[in-house]
Amino acid sequence: MSSSNLPSKSQGSEGIIPIWRDERALTAAAQVISAILMLGGLIWVGVNLLEAAELRGLSLGFDFINEPSGFPISESVIPYDDSYPFGTAFLVGLLNTLKVSIIGIFLATILGTIVGLARLSTNWIVNKIALVYIEIHRNIPLLVLLFVWYFAIFNKLPPTKEGLELPGPIYLNQRGLFLSWPRLTETGEGFAISLLVGLILAIIAWITLRRLRERSGRSTYFAGVSFAIILVSIVLGLALSAWQPLWIDVPVFEGFNFTGGLRLTPEFAALLVGLAMYTAAFIAEVVRAGIQAVDLGQMEAAKAVGLKPMQTLGLVIIPQAMRIIIPPLISQFLNLTKNTSLALAIGYADLFFVGRTMINQAGRAVPIFGMIMVTYLIISLIMSFVMNAYNRKIQISEKSV
Amino acid sequence: MRKILLPLAGLMILAVLLAACGSPSGVETVEVVVTEIVEVEVPTEGEVQVVNAPGYGEILARVQERGRVVCAGRTDLLGFGYLDADGGNIGFDIDLCRAVAAAVLGDPDAIEIVPVTAAERGPVIQTGEVDLLSRNVTWTSSRDAQWGNFTITMFYDGQGYMVRGDSGIESQDDMDGASVCVTSGTTTEKNLAADFRERGLDFEAVIFEDTASVYNAFFEGRCDVTTSDRSQLAAVQAGADNPDDYVILPMIISKEPLTPVVPHGDDQWFDIVKLVMYALINAENPAYGPITQATVDDVLASENIKGRTVLGAEGDWGYSAVGLDADALANALRAVGNYGEVYNRYMGPDGIAFTLPRGLNIHWTEGGLIYAPPIK
Repeated sequence: MSSSNLPSKSQGSEGIIPIWRDERALTAAAQVISAILMLGGLIWVGVNLLEAAELRGLSLGFDFINEPSGFPISESVIPYDDSYPFGTAFLVGLLNTLKVSIIGIFLATILGTIVGLARLSTNWIVNKIALVYIEIHRNIPLLVLLFVWYFAIFNKLPPTKEGLELPGPIYLNQRGLFLSWPRLTETGEGFAISLLVGLILAIIAWITLRRLRERSGRSTYFAGVSFAIILVSIVLGLALSAWQPLWIDVPVFEGFNFTGGLRLTPEFAALLVGLAMYTAAFIAEVVRAGIQAVDLGQMEAAKAVGLKPMQTLGLVIIPQAMRIIIPPLISQFLNLTKNTSLALAIGYADLFFVGRTMINQAGRAVPIFGMIMVTYLIISLIMSFVMNAYNRKIQISEKSV
Repeated sequence: MRKILLPLAGLMILAVLLAACGSPSGVETVEVVVTEIVEVEVPTEGEVQVVNAPGYGEILARVQERGRVVCAGRTDLLGFGYLDADGGNIGFDIDLCRAVAAAVLGDPDAIEIVPVTAAERGPVIQTGEVDLLSRNVTWTSSRDAQWGNFTITMFYDGQGYMVRGDSGIESQDDMDGASVCVTSGTTTEKNLAADFRERGLDFEAVIFEDTASVYNAFFEGRCDVTTSDRSQLAAVQAGADNPDDYVILPMIISKEPLTPVVPHGDDQWFDIVKLVMYALINAENPAYGPITQATVDDVLASENIKGRTVLGAEGDWGYSAVGLDADALANALRAVGNYGEVYNRYMGPDGIAFTLPRGLNIHWTEGGLIYAPPIK
């Protein structure tokens, strides 16, 4: 558009086009008018809300945040009971949502990739099993799936006293999965810090030494150095914590339930499994689309060069397929995060469920819904920002370097 | 030059709009004092001057125009709000709604029942989306301030616990560490948490938004105890596969006065609903007849002044001030009967839902709490 010999748009063959026919002026006017209309609409909605709230005596303030909530929450990552303020209750809901989302994304991606690859398999049985899995989970609404997982499967496990006992000890029954879990002793904090610092240093060492090797060509033993750093940090940590950094918390049956150990409630498990399997079906199709989009010639060329099928997949196909896979994958991750709001149907205390309870107990529908929406928006924006950055970094550009 | 045409045009239009909206500069504001001479009518003795706040009369006008009363209720609670074999709405709370419809529109079936969950009932009456909330709602001070106007308690209930008969639980101390199933967004969960915290006991809360899931989980064994209003527990126990396996413990841990609610801001509708409820309660008083569904015409023909006043045959029980007909309360009584009849229809010895002793819900003339101001 810079230098050309074509007549510029505002000069017709007879001279300058009048403004009421000038395409660019018209589009500009249309944009300005629609912006004004939209802004006007939003302002009208906002003013209406304020007027209606005042008429009905509805308070729109946020002063309830510090009042004691008065209601219990079924599970929480941080300490909480009914004497804590509403703000803490909201935080508990948020942490529960993040817990399910992160673990769910992780599991869904792994499962989805496996199913997607299975769907491309030349083995007829594997292919058809993957097909059945995908079609079932794509065509049944998620809410129905969650109900099936919770009410028909996890709730029907044997009651506490007749549950399954595995070596560990690990207990599986209607009230959840109870695992023996290592916990830090009082002196264990030194161990944890040392391990964390060691891990960070090891990662930095791995990245820098690997880059150094790529540039200089010399071998820098980056793997060995990284592992050595981790080993040193472990030994240092053990020494700092008087050689007793961890103790094993074993679940013990007391009264009605098991106490101690790590507990996965059936609500959490049903939500996690249901969500992961549902999203994995969609991710499988995305992966399949990405792999099929890679030119068949690539596969033939890799074979001709002598690469084994696994190497072809890992070194040639997948890096090219990532370009196509990652953007829809981001959508699937965001879907999973937002779908966690269905937790309220099966009793898992996620952000939306806690928010709804807060509305009922505090009586402030509009501010709390605003908080819920803004929080989901922030989570989604952060997630897509991170994933888009990752996408830009690893995608292969077809322009020559 | 052309690249800045668009933003320039936009800025210009925006600037013109802002200038038009704001006050033009250079114009001074001058305070003008205007003295108006107003003629005020001094009311002669006996006349009452009525000044009404904004919102007065809105709901009645809306109901009459619409031709039906919209009530928020339940369709899943035996005894209070549920469905009969043909899918019609029946129940104690539903009958209160029908009484209001009969009084206001003359037709007890001119109602629309909107099922709402416990979490929705507050917002739905706060916004005036429904005309009456007759849904098992506990009257509390904060709800009165936030949700709407609470009329008069029609069912004095209390919160209790239900456990399995073979669990050996007899008091809260036996429940330390137990799992308790409860509905979310209710006073029930708050009272449960407060009760356990005061006694220094622990419990695992299993909370669902949908009441059916709560009792489903309890019957499946997911939790050891469930808690709710004792009337609701009785209804749930009656609907279980094996009611005798479950026990409702005798202790009451909180007051649950169940009260119909109307939206804030319309005193006329508030008065109308209260008057209908007073009529249902007073009709059971022997001094008023008593007036039953069958004996409305008999009382009209009798010499009982109190009864005839309620039925509109003598004096003004307040109908002219609230814009109703004189026989509005008579219509309500013809539609559903008096309080005792409504109660016994669903929860009496021959009740179609279950049998629950009236307890505190006995009429005040026999020592209970069901009491209303005189209608005259």
